[in-house]
Amino acid sequence: MGPILTVNDLKTSFLTGAGTVQAVRGVSFTVDQGEILGIVGESGSGKSVTSMSILRLLPDTARIHPDSSVLFQGQELSKLSLKELREIRGQKIAMIFQDPMSSLNPLIPVGRQVEEMMRIHHKDLSRAQLRQRALELFQAVRIPEPEKRFYSYPHQFSGGMRQRVMIAMALSNRPDLLIADEPTTALDVTIQDQILKQLRALQREWGTSIIFITHDLGVVAELCSRVLVMYGGLIMEEAAIDELFDRPSHPYTLGLLSSIPALNQDKGTRLSSIPGSPPDMTRPPQGCPFAPRCPYARQICAKELPPYAAVGEGHRSMCWLLQPDAPGENNPFRKEAAV
Amino acid sequence: MVKYFAKRLGMMLAAMLAIIVLTFCLMHAVPGGPFTSDRKATPEVEAALNEKFGLNDPLPVQLLRYMDGLLHGDFGPSYKYSGKTVNDFIETFFPVSAKIGLITVVFVLLAAIPMGIFAAVKNGKWQDMLIMAVATIGVTIPSFVIASLLIYFFSHQLGWTPAYWDWSAAGYILPVVALGGYSVSYLARLMRSSLLEVMGQDYIRTARAKGLSEFQVITRHALRNALLPIITVLGPTVAGLLTGSFVIETIFAIPGLGKWFVNGVSQRDYTTIMGITIFYAAFLMAMTLIVDIFYCLIDPRIKYES
Repeated sequence: MGPILTVNDLKTSFLTGAGTVQAVRGVSFTVDQGEILGIVGESGSGKSVTSMSILRLLPDTARIHPDSSVLFQGQELSKLSLKELREIRGQKIAMIFQDPMSSLNPLIPVGRQVEEMMRIHHKDLSRAQLRQRALELFQAVRIPEPEKRFYSYPHQFSGGMRQRVMIAMALSNRPDLLIADEPTTALDVTIQDQILKQLRALQREWGTSIIFITHDLGVVAELCSRVLVMYGGLIMEEAAIDELFDRPSHPYTLGLLSSIPALNQDKGTRLSSIPGSPPDMTRPPQGCPFAPRCPYARQICAKELPPYAAVGEGHRSMCWLLQPDAPGENNPFRKEAAV
Repeated sequence: MVKYFAKRLGMMLAAMLAIIVLTFCLMHAVPGGPFTSDRKATPEVEAALNEKFGLNDPLPVQLLRYMDGLLHGDFGPSYKYSGKTVNDFIETFFPVSAKIGLITVVFVLLAAIPMGIFAAVKNGKWQDMLIMAVATIGVTIPSFVIASLLIYFFSHQLGWTPAYWDWSAAGYILPVVALGGYSVSYLARLMRSSLLEVMGQDYIRTARAKGLSEFQVITRHALRNALLPIITVLGPTVAGLLTGSFVIETIFAIPGLGKWFVNGVSQRDYTTIMGITIFYAAFLMAMTLIVDIFYCLIDPRIKYES
């Protein structure tokens, strides 16, 4: 099956008092029909801005570069008027946000908020039909006693329950693409697990494509079939999930992987972390954004942005060490070849 | 909930008692009395009057006698205007103040809320800057300056409106604008900042992600949330406008309660001071209570527990 979404050279920046923040600096990827694509990266890597740019749900200070292209089901979203885009929002592409505590309107009963989502796009539905559908959705996301909870307000729900309401709302129009921006980050681990299971079940049942944004590689491993690793507003590495864990091909990915605590890890040893902090995106580095923190960095890394190197099928990485003429010493990707 | 409001009523009574005692003490601490005036009465006459109204009794006795009257709904006789009671004053002059106040409240709401919303929607554009410039002037210039300027331009120069309140419909315009000027400016600024804050909330992004138009996002999701702070200040604002302003009533020759109150103070008309103070206090407390009830109706998160 072909891609449902093709993002090409997406560039998004924000005008701030401190200067222009170049949050996303040329990101290209596709989402296939029915697949779950993961986007990982730390705070400020541009992963959320990438997802918000698709439906243009950014604050007024954001600017998307006019040459950026977002092709969804053959339709160029970046060229649509806001009015046309609203037909897509909530109906074809739905979103789930990070913080379920603040993402629901505190003054409106949750059932009504789910109904509203359907009413906007299906004006022909009667009140009874809307209510019936909303109740079915509550059941589908396993909200206990849906009839009773229908008129509850967000503050009467726990975080996990609110996220279920958000999911019910996002799925209410059977979207073709679901963008989940760190939907489980604010939840504790057991609830997180339940929500992930539910998303996967719903994806299997309805064949919805999902973009799943997270900073947690463990969650990605559990859920996604393909991953984009983002850093400094760029995709550092893209690979199928097994490929990424078997053959990580970017120093940043290596850093992320070694930061996952092992179950049998000695309690005395400190958790491994990547030293340093993300770059200042008002003045993004000229070369590879990860170079200042990279243990393998060479002179060229700080000077010039590396091109993508194909590591395998559907596996690409942006790193000088993968170039054919890269030296072998202190090169984690040449070890096998050298031995 | 009922228990909470019962408790609130109890606390209001306690506050009222404190206000009565304090006002009574302060009033008597001020030198002079109702019968000391420029037109010197003979000492015999003054003594006879003091004796008649019981002003020679110890203060606690006077206070208790006054409170006994209050319990029967009697604010006592005026010391300065023989044959009139304070109840008469309130009944005669409060409706005048309240009528102008009520019109001003409507004017304030109809002007301030749309202005604030419009400014917020046009955030940073020239319309926003214009409204905020006017509103800033409105909160800084005192009402008597506004009133004087209004009279000068609209009555004196243009002759569109009467310069004083003459019971005609046109006569209301200037007092209402002068009286409400501050509140309009203040509430418009509050409405703007409140709406802007709400528009940055996550649930507004959710509403946009649903596919709602910007108009629907504002009317269905943002406004109700943004109105909460407005309702908070509306209690004291309404109380202040309805009970009348001495300045505005003096400038426009309006026979209202505010003017009467200040006259009462300068003339040491003890019963008038007490009566109108108690009336104001009760009114303000009632408005605050109404605001709290309104809160309950609008915001489901608020549940009053005792």
